[in-house]
Amino acid sequence: MDFTAHVITIDQVGKRFDGKSTLALDGVSATITPGEFVAVIGRSGAGKTTLLRCLAGATTPSAGHIWIGGFDLGSLRGRALRAHRARVGMIYQQFNLVRRLRVLDNVLVGRLPHLRGWRRGAATLRAFGVEERACALRCLDHVGLLDRAWQRADTLSGGEQQRVAIARLLAQDARVVLADEPVASLDVANGRLVMETLRRIARGAGLTVVATLHHVDYARRYADRVLGLKDGRLLFDGPPSELTDASLFEIFGVLPGELPDDAPLLAAS
Amino acid sequence: MTGALAVLRAGAAPQAPPRRSDVGRNLGLTLVLAIALGAAARVIELRPLELLRDAGNVAVFLRGYLNPSFAHVGEYAWQCVVTVCIALWGTVLAIAIAVPLGLLGARNLAPHPAIYFAARRTMDVLRAVNEFVFALMFVTAVGLGPFAGMLALGVHTGGVLGKLLSEAIEAIDPGQVEGVAAVGAGRAHVIAFGVVPQVMPSFLSYVLLRFESDIRSASVIGMVGGGGIGFYLWDTIRSFNDREAATVILLIVAMVMAIDVVSSRVRRLAI
Repeated sequence: MDFTAHVITIDQVGKRFDGKSTLALDGVSATITPGEFVAVIGRSGAGKTTLLRCLAGATTPSAGHIWIGGFDLGSLRGRALRAHRARVGMIYQQFNLVRRLRVLDNVLVGRLPHLRGWRRGAATLRAFGVEERACALRCLDHVGLLDRAWQRADTLSGGEQQRVAIARLLAQDARVVLADEPVASLDVANGRLVMETLRRIARGAGLTVVATLHHVDYARRYADRVLGLKDGRLLFDGPPSELTDASLFEIFGVLPGELPDDAPLLAAS
Repeated sequence: MTGALAVLRAGAAPQAPPRRSDVGRNLGLTLVLAIALGAAARVIELRPLELLRDAGNVAVFLRGYLNPSFAHVGEYAWQCVVTVCIALWGTVLAIAIAVPLGLLGARNLAPHPAIYFAARRTMDVLRAVNEFVFALMFVTAVGLGPFAGMLALGVHTGGVLGKLLSEAIEAIDPGQVEGVAAVGAGRAHVIAFGVVPQVMPSFLSYVLLRFESDIRSASVIGMVGGGGIGFYLWDTIRSFNDREAATVILLIVAMVMAIDVVSSRVRRLAI
């Protein structure tokens, strides 16, 4: 497999939303090599999600460029943009499964960009060939949810839904995974199960993962590399072992997991 | 007394609620409404006492209606079947019109603002023109009969269903659509997987409700030449054939009630 084709180069990327005076992203540069597991940390509004959406091609930077696999993302349109999106799998905080469809159909969604000829048309009526369904079932088995294949997606727990989303990006044959707060709406046990599934798959297939995480614990435990954002600027770029209390204080303003003693809980007092 | 409220201690007093009286505004609104209603009553020559004065005529009517004639009941029953068929195919035509217009007229799906605008205005026109007006137009185009009635119902209902569909599409959860689009699926696949499953229950329910309403419209569309039981309703009432008219009305009521029961059963089954 040609992993060198999927280096992600972020070059001086800036983003200003219409009508806002501050920059959501401000001169962010980084090069992510294939197979890296990168955690993006920072407070709410620091620009983590905006960076991820830029990488996904869901929004265009107002300055700078992003290259993925040799393509300038900003120049992609129509069919080429869809081909890019097929190579990049997305994981969302709210899972974004089609809730009224069966689990298997949700995984089959990942096969859609790979269909050719009349099978493309047949899929519009939700009809898939035997190989596609077998492939989707194997993906479900890989995340340990084979027994849920025929249930409606909204009958599953949050952790299970997130694993279905991982099965969908397996079926999609993604090279890069972009995960936007993948565990923020899960309890710790399910969060770890999802992160471990993600890491196992990333290691096994040599996938690049970029995940925004607001829990530093997850970043320390699963990431090879941490990007720390504050007010749209990249303040930290290094392995989790170099993430000192001082650098955390710089990124978050407080040490994560602790409330300052003097913070008034009731404004009246 | 030291309950939980003791934690509040002494602080800034809460802001007082605004002191503004609504009495004057309410009186004014009532007055405006009363004047408008009074004026409207004069325009429509509202004279309830005439109902009492002409009670004799009403009694003559009622006597006929309480004594229906069953001489032509077979013909009327067949015309009720024709009426149901008009409504059935009218609703099918309406769906065929509503689906493309509804998709193009939903802000979150329309490929271009101009197309969105054109689809919305087309649906507005179809809804604004009453099915009877359409029936008069189609009668001149394709001649008297059920075909003209079915076209008229379908075109008008197509506008109504299209608008309901486009509003249902605008209310869907964008996250589920984003999830499908993010895999690089094409537009048709995004609609089939991201949109259709979300709007299907409400669209099905709208279709059944409009089918019930189309049955009621089809039962009178024969008055303007659109076929079905409506012609006999018109003919018997106009010729003061009260006993025949009573039979026709009874059959229409029975038909509408039966269809409503069937339709609500289907709705419960499907959703």
